[in-house]
Amino acid sequence: MSDAIPEGGATAQQRERATTIFEKGAPGRRAFVAPQLDVPRVDGLIPDRLRRAEGPRLPEATEPEIVRHYVNLSKRNFDLDSGFYPLGSCTMKHNPRLHERVAGLPGHARLHPLQDPRRAQGALELMYALQCALGEIAGLPHVSLQPSAGSHGELAGVLLTRAFHEDRGEQRHKVLTPDSAHGTNPATVTMAGYEVVKVSLDADGGVDVEDLRAKADRDTACLMLTNPSTLGIFDPNIEEIAEIVHAVGATLYYDGANLNAIMGYSRPGDMGFDIVHFNLHKTFTQPHGGGGPGAGPIAVSERIEPYLPRPQVVFTPPSNGGGPIFDLDYDRPKSIGKLRGFQGNYGVFVRTYAYIRSLGAEGLKDISEVAVLNANYLLARLRDEVGELLPLAFGERCMHEFVLSGAPMKKQLGIRTLDLAKRLLDHGMHPPTVYFPLVVDEALLIEPTETETRETLDQFVEAIAAIVREAAEDPEIARNAPYTTPVRRLDEAGAAKRPVVRQAL
Amino acid sequence: MSGYTGVTEQDLELMLAAIGVDSVEQLFDAIPEAVRLKGPIGLPPGEPEQAVYAELRRLAERNVCTEDELCFLGAGMYDHYVPAIVDMLMSRSEFLTPYTPYQPEVSQGGLQVMFEYQTAISELTGLPVSNASVYEGPSAVGAAAYMAKLANKRTRVIVSRGVHPDSRETLRTLAVGYGTTVDEIPLTDGLTDLDPLRAALNDDVSAVIVQQPNFLGTVEEIEALAAAAHEHGALMIVVADPLTLGVLEAPGNQGADVCVGEGQTLGNRLDFGGPSFGFFAATEKHLRSMPGRIAGETTDADGRRGFVLTLQTREQHIRRERATSNICTSQALNALGGAVYLSWLGRRGIEELGELMLQRTHYARETLSALQGVDRLHDWPVVREFALRLDVGGLDGVNRVLDRCAAAGVNAGYALGRSYAEYPDGLLVAITEQRSRADIDRFAAVLEEAVAAERAPAPAWAGA
Repeated sequence: MSDAIPEGGATAQQRERATTIFEKGAPGRRAFVAPQLDVPRVDGLIPDRLRRAEGPRLPEATEPEIVRHYVNLSKRNFDLDSGFYPLGSCTMKHNPRLHERVAGLPGHARLHPLQDPRRAQGALELMYALQCALGEIAGLPHVSLQPSAGSHGELAGVLLTRAFHEDRGEQRHKVLTPDSAHGTNPATVTMAGYEVVKVSLDADGGVDVEDLRAKADRDTACLMLTNPSTLGIFDPNIEEIAEIVHAVGATLYYDGANLNAIMGYSRPGDMGFDIVHFNLHKTFTQPHGGGGPGAGPIAVSERIEPYLPRPQVVFTPPSNGGGPIFDLDYDRPKSIGKLRGFQGNYGVFVRTYAYIRSLGAEGLKDISEVAVLNANYLLARLRDEVGELLPLAFGERCMHEFVLSGAPMKKQLGIRTLDLAKRLLDHGMHPPTVYFPLVVDEALLIEPTETETRETLDQFVEAIAAIVREAAEDPEIARNAPYTTPVRRLDEAGAAKRPVVRQAL
Repeated sequence: MSGYTGVTEQDLELMLAAIGVDSVEQLFDAIPEAVRLKGPIGLPPGEPEQAVYAELRRLAERNVCTEDELCFLGAGMYDHYVPAIVDMLMSRSEFLTPYTPYQPEVSQGGLQVMFEYQTAISELTGLPVSNASVYEGPSAVGAAAYMAKLANKRTRVIVSRGVHPDSRETLRTLAVGYGTTVDEIPLTDGLTDLDPLRAALNDDVSAVIVQQPNFLGTVEEIEALAAAAHEHGALMIVVADPLTLGVLEAPGNQGADVCVGEGQTLGNRLDFGGPSFGFFAATEKHLRSMPGRIAGETTDADGRRGFVLTLQTREQHIRRERATSNICTSQALNALGGAVYLSWLGRRGIEELGELMLQRTHYARETLSALQGVDRLHDWPVVREFALRLDVGGLDGVNRVLDRCAAAGVNAGYALGRSYAEYPDGLLVAITEQRSRADIDRFAAVLEEAVAAERAPAPAWAGA
């Protein structure tokens, strides 16, 4: 399997042309059967000028055709349940199936978002308990669950920063981000109306404290920081960084993408951060769904609390004949307002809550320890096997993920990081994140997560070693990989040049 | 140790030796002493699976869901039937557990679903290009206004009060960031009126935003509003309910430049408000400034048809501070549910379901507004939702009517006075295909009694 190149040039799946559901079925076929019209029919309820002249050309197919179509499509996907998925910065850990079961209980799944709080006490209790738990994990007292994803949490955080400064009568214009930041950080800064100022990294991959000192001034609204960084490095100067940022009156923002590395060891609040976002779909294992849903709750310090999005879930101790115990509080005059509809991605909260209740304090610490142990073990094994060709970009060890540079491999073997990644697909593994962070040439960002066993990590090392050996003999094999996947390398440039974004009907 | 990690003592020994450290704690040496957590995280210990299940079930049982009462509550999310194949396909590992399709060779399933989804959204909205989803409806409105600003560099939007209150509030929240001011225009008899729109329009206006049907259920006259917007070079953004687009004209055919909205009605559960998905469609010229993922068709090295994420130079991971949006993770799985639902509903179904809602909603409006103390708030055409006026002395009275109905097992709807001071006695009622004539008749009986009880003169001894 590992060096499989299909005989005759194509697998059975590759020989089948991809056809969309719009190309299947036949006029007149259907899956949906409408309920009987049980009221007197009245014509002309919608005037002709408002009525649809030609109906949307949706598929016409039976249920069996639809099921077969999508099941066959699903088999053209690689997924976490099938194999190793060490996609750095994405924390592709196992998704416990209990979470799907509890999220599907009708009391959760079929609860209307505008149900009277007195009749949604279970949901509000869950949200309240989750707020408290996330506050403990962050080391910050106030939590809003509302943001829909990490990037949405970031936007909330920068808008909170704006509200905080403006409430003091200050207009600030700059937000600092280190060179190693996720792309969402600078993109968020622009959407929130600030100018991005980049801070350099020092020789060890941390924030260059002198550069930060030079750039942080009274016009600085915020520093956005990921710690451990996208290089998998915990910034040892975090106290000094916090001091510099706070000394100019700016806020310190924690991008929680890498929180999986430090639970039970350190809390962003204790490091001096004012605002933290969580990626519930990473640290707290929401199935990623091929690109969402997620959730990006935020935790904040006391001074940021007045500006949190509304509504907030609040708790009122029961009194004699009193009202609801848990309620939604909209009366927040300094709030930045709503960031989305209703109360947030509740279905994600249910799964997260189940996860936190399953693991508890010790379990959360355990997963961070194993995540860091697994990453360091994988790093050590790769260093032994292919360290010359794929060296660690910074430092000696790592937290929960690490960045290798494929530059020596490219120079010595003539294959790029991209080729290595594509050849890994033939080994039945998902490649790491490639070409990110941007500060490392030919980067491979590898995050094994805690739910992988040592055997799986060893197999990954074997696969990398095999690809490198193969490339030393014949680099063309990797350059043209993959061979066994449903399709081979795709023409992305052509797709962007002449975009076809829908099925011609 | 949890059941999710598997480091045995033997593993640990071997792994530490390979790394060259003596303990796991040593791997955390980089964390300075001063910022270390002293003691355990302030959380209770973990529980076995069956105990967690029991706790989550207990919480679920403290909620009154749409299986527990007869639900006429809508106001942005609706109790439509979700077919079994949606659950079945959304829970398949191959769709449930992958990440965003960064490696297209092993993500053709998800990418093709995105492509099919985009096709379906284009068909529904009558607009040629769609992205692969945004978070949900209200933030999609904020995203559309941002795209309008990128398109014409203007800094004012006009939004009808017929747009969902959450959407208007979200728009305001986000617009503070990107420096756009938001002006509202009122409704006249439940409809967005051309005159106040014309009065508010000038050449600073980036976009006009209207909802179809609007929050009161009214079918808006999009064509005339779009023409007015275009006279001043403003974009027309329509916030549409996709499930009504089998019977209502496609916004794209009525002059909309952008059509966004909440996708929950397309095969997604209520989930107390999320996750669902937002859809985002536009005219061709906006393709390169749209937010979010877009799947595009291409060919592989052997000339086979395939799909990739395309136009990624718009996106944050490539363009960083110059990206058209910061969105990364969106709602791919929910959009997949939407795509499967639309395939299931099909070309005829979307019209049949729309027609059924239209007929039953008409019946419900006639029946309920014939009750003593109940009147219709407006006479305009409606599809699934309509507004009533209850003669019970304003919002407090309406809330008491809602309580009385709830006690009788009926969720009567949304008290409009909660978000519209101009409609203190309004009640918004939604009729999905899951509410039969018999259900509507039962609702009428319960509502009649509740309103009558609120209107009954207080006995002489009350308040004494």
